[in-house]
Amino acid sequence: MNDPFLRLSQRRAFLRRGSYGIGAAALHALLGTPGANAADRDISSEGADSGPWEGIYSADPRQQKIKRVIHLCMAGGPSHLETLDYKPELKKMDGKPMPKSYTEGKQIAQLQGQADRLKCLGPQHEFKKYGESGLEISSILPKIGALADDICVIRSMQTDQINHDPAHTLMNTGTSIPGRPSMGSWLLYGLGSETDNLPGYVVLTSVGGGQSQPIAARQWHSGFLPSRFQGVEFRSQGDPVLYVNHPNGVSPTKQREVIDAVQSLNQLGQQRFHDPEIATRIAQYELAFKMQMSTPELMDLSSESQETLDLYGTKGGDGSFAANCLLARRLAERGVRFIQLYHRGWDHHGGIKNGAKVTADLVDQGTAALVSDLKQRGMLDDTLVIWGGEFGRTPMAQGSGRDHHIMGFSCWMAGGGIRPGFSWGATDELGYAAVENPVHVHDLHATMLHLFGVDHTRLTYRFQGRDFRLTDVHGRVVKEILS
Amino acid sequence: MPARSVLFFLFAVLMLLLEPVESAAESAIDFSRDIKPILSDKCYACHGPDANQREGGGENGLRFDIEEGAFVDLGGYQAIVPGDPMASELILRITSEDADIVMPPSDHPKSLTTDEIAKLTAWVKEGAKWSQHWAYRPLERQTNRSGDWIDQLIRQSLKEHDSNLSPLAEDGILLRRVHFDLLGLPPTASDLKAFSESTDTDRWEKLVDDLLDSPHFGERMAIYWLDLVRYADTVGYHGDQDMSVSPYRDYVINAFNSNKPFDQFTLEQLAGDLLDDATDEQKIASGYNKLGMMSAEGGAQPKEYLAKYASDRVRTASTVWLGSTLGCAECHDHKFDPFTQKDFYQFASYFADIKERGLYSGANRDGKWGPSLDVPDDNLAELLAPHLNRKEELERQYNETAIDGALASWSESLSKPGKNWLPLQAVEMQALNGTKLEELEGKSILASGPGAEANTYSLVFEPELSKIAGVRIEALPHDSLPAQGPGRAGNGNFVLTELKIDMIDGDSDARPIKLKNALASFEQTDGGGNPYKGWKAIAAIDADEKGAKWGWAVMPKFGVSHAWIAEFEVPIELTEGQQIRVAIEQNHDNPGHTLGHFRFSVTDGAVKFDPRRAVPAEILAVIDRTVDQRSDQDLEVLSQHYRSISPELAEVRKQLDQVNQQIADLKAQHTRTTLVTLAVEPREMRVLARGNWMDDSGEVVTPGPPHFLPQPNVDAPRQNRRDLAQWLVSSDNPLTARVFVNRIWKLFFGTGLSKVLDDIGSQGEFPTHPELLDALAVEFIESGWDVKHLVRLILNTDVYRQSSLPRLELRELDPYNRLLARQSRFRLDAEMVRDNALSVSGLLVSTVGGRSVKPYQPSGLLRHLNFPTRKYQADKGVNQYRRGLYTHWQRQFLHPAMKLFDAPAREECSAERPRSNTPLAALVLLNDPSYVEAARVFAEKALRQNDLSEQQRLEWILSRALTREPYSGEVEILAKLLDSHRIHYQQAKSEATELLKIGDQPVDDSLDPLELASYVAVTRAIFNMHEFITRN
Repeated sequence: MNDPFLRLSQRRAFLRRGSYGIGAAALHALLGTPGANAADRDISSEGADSGPWEGIYSADPRQQKIKRVIHLCMAGGPSHLETLDYKPELKKMDGKPMPKSYTEGKQIAQLQGQADRLKCLGPQHEFKKYGESGLEISSILPKIGALADDICVIRSMQTDQINHDPAHTLMNTGTSIPGRPSMGSWLLYGLGSETDNLPGYVVLTSVGGGQSQPIAARQWHSGFLPSRFQGVEFRSQGDPVLYVNHPNGVSPTKQREVIDAVQSLNQLGQQRFHDPEIATRIAQYELAFKMQMSTPELMDLSSESQETLDLYGTKGGDGSFAANCLLARRLAERGVRFIQLYHRGWDHHGGIKNGAKVTADLVDQGTAALVSDLKQRGMLDDTLVIWGGEFGRTPMAQGSGRDHHIMGFSCWMAGGGIRPGFSWGATDELGYAAVENPVHVHDLHATMLHLFGVDHTRLTYRFQGRDFRLTDVHGRVVKEILS
Repeated sequence: MPARSVLFFLFAVLMLLLEPVESAAESAIDFSRDIKPILSDKCYACHGPDANQREGGGENGLRFDIEEGAFVDLGGYQAIVPGDPMASELILRITSEDADIVMPPSDHPKSLTTDEIAKLTAWVKEGAKWSQHWAYRPLERQTNRSGDWIDQLIRQSLKEHDSNLSPLAEDGILLRRVHFDLLGLPPTASDLKAFSESTDTDRWEKLVDDLLDSPHFGERMAIYWLDLVRYADTVGYHGDQDMSVSPYRDYVINAFNSNKPFDQFTLEQLAGDLLDDATDEQKIASGYNKLGMMSAEGGAQPKEYLAKYASDRVRTASTVWLGSTLGCAECHDHKFDPFTQKDFYQFASYFADIKERGLYSGANRDGKWGPSLDVPDDNLAELLAPHLNRKEELERQYNETAIDGALASWSESLSKPGKNWLPLQAVEMQALNGTKLEELEGKSILASGPGAEANTYSLVFEPELSKIAGVRIEALPHDSLPAQGPGRAGNGNFVLTELKIDMIDGDSDARPIKLKNALASFEQTDGGGNPYKGWKAIAAIDADEKGAKWGWAVMPKFGVSHAWIAEFEVPIELTEGQQIRVAIEQNHDNPGHTLGHFRFSVTDGAVKFDPRRAVPAEILAVIDRTVDQRSDQDLEVLSQHYRSISPELAEVRKQLDQVNQQIADLKAQHTRTTLVTLAVEPREMRVLARGNWMDDSGEVVTPGPPHFLPQPNVDAPRQNRRDLAQWLVSSDNPLTARVFVNRIWKLFFGTGLSKVLDDIGSQGEFPTHPELLDALAVEFIESGWDVKHLVRLILNTDVYRQSSLPRLELRELDPYNRLLARQSRFRLDAEMVRDNALSVSGLLVSTVGGRSVKPYQPSGLLRHLNFPTRKYQADKGVNQYRRGLYTHWQRQFLHPAMKLFDAPAREECSAERPRSNTPLAALVLLNDPSYVEAARVFAEKALRQNDLSEQQRLEWILSRALTREPYSGEVEILAKLLDSHRIHYQQAKSEATELLKIGDQPVDDSLDPLELASYVAVTRAIFNMHEFITRN
């Protein structure tokens, strides 16, 4: 212990392993406020700490209800009119011209130039009232319907972006300008993760039931935050995580030996150069090896009971949404902070009657199984499940389908801190615009952060001279949907 | 005014606060360095440039971003009373404990620290001296710039902290540092030998000059520049389709290599197309304006996307040249800097003349992302020469071979129209899906009305012939059809997938008639995946055995007639009342490929094309004249035509076709197309209220720079991009040179003199060495924007050459090494991490420039892409081993080995990459086949070194990889690893074989595979060392 550098770095490590990181601790002392701002900290390069990242933000324990989010992203834009928002008046108007009072001067996507010929398309499926709460949910989502008393439906969602790519970017990062961190990255940066064997932010994808719109890696990117906070996609084919498998001809034991040699060489370097970045490198190689070991265990479903497999309706390993739901639960159990499932199948410009049904069939059981599985394991209390797309669809027909729509759409949430068996907000009688208690995407973000005990105005990062945040300059916590 | 009452406790607080500052007399308060950042960060939100958000202070408001605003009369009192903190409302407010009074307000997310309060108080006490923001001030030109002035300035500031420079680094480290910094590549053993053994007193300066002359210098600088201008090979939005701009990338490399002055470099990129007699190089440079993201997403509103492209251009250009966040003024006046919203739109309107589309519909199929230029490779002419000679020779033969006799008899044979085809009139016509069929004059049939994805036309005929031996379908043009037809597809095409004929005899059963020998006057060749390798006539009588979607088609010959004929296997005899029923099936899977206009005929004789059909109308016109009526021109036309079809010249024509094909192939292979800027009438540009592109009510603006900076002197009624470029590099622009030299400094020290590379505005960082920054900027301008001169100046210093070893006393004094008492140590950029491994192994192919390349990549990475779906095809051969800089830059799914080492996706301008240190990056070095292969090839090289003991071999490996002698203990670690692997692979030979198979590069068979595999463990370990990917 004669090396003064080592003492310093150990002292730092000691501080880090306290209840919050040194940077946060120092800043809290300075600011005397909850929350933090990393403006003066260099969190990515020289001077980085070697231990696991525990976040820059000290969450308010009185407010914190949840430890993780599972975002079931129904990519493509599910029609609220066929899923969560029943509009009998629209049914009556089926085939009749859409009243101009609704649409004049408003953005439309593929129906551009048809403003004079817009016609109403009635709901294509029946709705039912479910549970004691009597929430109205489409008959094509019977299993989600059966959970009505556990979920909270928001029927007044709004967004700003009418095309898939920017709308997803807004849903994930709070702006349509590329290059900003996605919500999972913000959470990792703010709160860290509860696992160091797996990435703290995991993305899974599936397809089926409709046109598969492209999804950019931007959607789970860390933007201007350090790349350690980016989402990591787990793949159903090939290496589950990029490069997580050893090279052919290298057994786990031999890989370990190579890593041990690397570590020994780096330790020699550390003794010689006193460079804290080397200590970080050493720690990262340990993490890499742990990840190589724990990923196969995660993906292996043989420990799941037949009852569980039946509940989800999957044997796993098929890349289906249901299989991803089961993996989501396993990831949640292992301490992953933000789990995002994309199902790319909701872009029903045509043939929505059948299309919505097919896609609904692909997601209904897995979704319901996930929520009830979490519940029976006691994990729903500290998990937030979000189900919804990047936007909704027009009450107007586009042939036999519906166009993109941003003035009003629906989503639902369930889990810790969320008022169950409840609905919030409403669209007008034709399902065109949110007229009652609109909830913008920014409000969703603010609410999500609030459930983590994070004030969305105080989780910031200095970039290009400005303190950026997930909610930009917007966002309101939707207190009314909180239990 | 409640705050006016001075409370005793406040006074006490103030006295306490003043204490430490006054005692720290050594550092007098500097407004720009100490005060402005506090005001900006904590006060500007409500008392700053944005008039709409401004609070307090009456008409013009209380604002701390300008001097007048800070000292405004607030009604008998002032926020700041110079020299008198106790009379200054500002000080009272920031020290108040009353939640209703305190500033920043208690519900504001930011509050002041005690240190900040102390600084503000001390500043007011010292007289509240105001000065302009450092970056907007005119450059300070007085600094002495002779001798070792850079070293002197750094030494001087170190001296103020009782510190000093570190000793010079040892040769190996220095060489490695400068090679990575200037070339992005490691030095070789012979580089080290030459440098160490040189006794020249100016060996260092010579080395720097040599490296600046290397073609790899431009590559290294391009890595930095391409991030700024967000160069990529795909469009970024939605389907992220490929776009071709790699000649622009090569332009950047060449510009740095040829030391193009930075002002010219600026001008050519922003306005190369507007220069007088613009060269191809300048047009290629203007591709800068086309590097932003673009969309072909169906349903995207062009106007919205034009607004997105415009603001992206403002963000990029203002970051690249001005280091300013003008992009923040899109929806409102800037919160911290003096940029107004109008400044934003004026700046945007410089680019309003660029020809572009908001929505590039169809570009996902045809790749047309705007005006482009074909750029031949340098060696194309040389490659073409032999083929062009051969072509000339063949053309001579073609034109000079005598053909008069053959021409006469051919012409005679065509003099009478053939008559053996009889067009039939249908007695019944039906089509599916409501498509309407109607007969026109001449017994042709026109389809109209609702189209259909696929269709079958059912026709019944009663031929007035007793015998039928064959059938003909003529596909005919018609004005009602897309591209005049003959098909109904958007481009005029159709696909005849199957023709079925039955003979019907009254009420009795239909008898199918078999067809053979189908021929067509023209068959489409283009189109992927067709099992017939083309759209052949025979595919329409194949009983769909290779799939129902294949058939006869005619792309690209639209708007002209075509004919398709087939023989009956057995000619049929017909009696009166017997009919034939014809089903024309069109079941191609690309929707709408159905016939629009056609005619059905039969023959009782030989089944052949009317020979006149193949002859163009103008030739027939000549033929139909008697010989003495033909003019000289007629004869020439006739002769030209006959040469094009005569059997005598068939061989020559075939060879000509081949040589033309070879020429075309070579041109295609060795020509790249690149997007360029084309100027058109500027679009109207308005200030968009709150950035809303649907709001057309804002003020119309014309091009102009931000209002508060020195303005250009332009005579023209409207400024253009050329004026913008000239303004950016005018010598009184305070920003461009400061921004550029600051970023260059960062390349060679790891951190800029002002740390925030993309913002030197209020929220940026006051430079650690402002005098040095300004002096470098002045030197840069006065040298004629000479980049290599600037680099040379910085590198030929002791500051650059000093050791990077951390020193204990600096750890406390200067943890982030901003005083530069030592060099910095930082990880290599993503591209260089790759280049280093390839170079050390000997795999690197060091060609400069060319198409972007595709290194190995995990499969399925692009599976989320659509329109079209994508499959990644890794390059084979030399292109597998190119420098990282040439990697195909797929914006949405950047190559993971680039991304995981922090290369940006280049969706947006980025001035600085983070340097992360993550487990995922560790997995790249451990497991990416590129690194495993390089480790194997490096091990082969090591094993081919003769006469080395194991110890020496391991030393050889270490020193080659790290440019230094091994440290004690290193060889032992590697020897242990080697032994363990030798033992293991003896037991597991197949594992060794598997390992050596990784990568395309063949294994050296002369080596023992078990020994080689064991050494691969050693080289892999070294490739994963921290030092291997670190520049120190």
